[in-house]
Amino acid sequence: MISVLSTESRDITSEDDLMQIKASVKRIVALLGFSLVNQTKIITAAAELSRNTLIYGRGGNFKISVLDDNRRKGVQMIFADSGPGIENLDQALKDGFTSGHGMGLGLGGSKRLMDDFDIKSTVGVGTTVCVTKWV
Amino acid sequence: MEKIPILKIGKFLLITIQVDLHDKMILALQDELTNMIVKTGARGILIDISALEIVDSFIGRILAQVASCAKLLDAETVVTGMRPAVAITMVELGISMKGVHTALNAEDGMELLNDILLQDENAHDFSAIN
Repeated sequence: MISVLSTESRDITSEDDLMQIKASVKRIVALLGFSLVNQTKIITAAAELSRNTLIYGRGGNFKISVLDDNRRKGVQMIFADSGPGIENLDQALKDGFTSGHGMGLGLGGSKRLMDDFDIKSTVGVGTTVCVTKWV
Repeated sequence: MEKIPILKIGKFLLITIQVDLHDKMILALQDELTNMIVKTGARGILIDISALEIVDSFIGRILAQVASCAKLLDAETVVTGMRPAVAITMVELGISMKGVHTALNAEDGMELLNDILLQDENAHDFSAIN
């Protein structure tokens, strides 16, 4: 069974929030004992996904939890927005696809950087991305 | 707003990114750098990112754009000091910074810029002779 050891959350409404999210993710993954490479991957995924929430989701909410499955600890991050939603998820996960001005690497790239990746999106309702990485 | 200082050393502009980058800061840097190239006639730009803990697709894109702009203004760009963990993450993320030279540290980066500049001048001389 997976238990949640702690949770923090933050609204994403401005670029300052993106900086704050990076800082709190950094603090948490360092405490959990991730390798430097994995710390870098998780912080980068947080940067990509929080930016997506801000730009494409028009703001939203970020939640980070420390998990324990009795064998190892992990970190889970949830990015939720009530923006326009994504019409074609398969297309959005492909590298190079962007509906904005980015490079279109955010979703597909973050999926590669994390162990688990889950996305739910409904047009007109919003998008929720949940990613996890285990130590 | 904090600004990233741009130092002129000979024919080169030197930028050391020391703080966690705010979007507006790096966009301002792009503007100022292109202006500085024209104003000073700089032939090379060295951007040291050894203090950066992450390079996401946004920062990667701006660095690539800076290099493209510089190239159009007859200057080469070298990015130096990338941390190994950052390199691994960028590759997995899928960021390729086309047109950007890289070097392990600022000293190597300076040497690389000098070499490129020298090659360039030799090529000019050669075409002048013929």
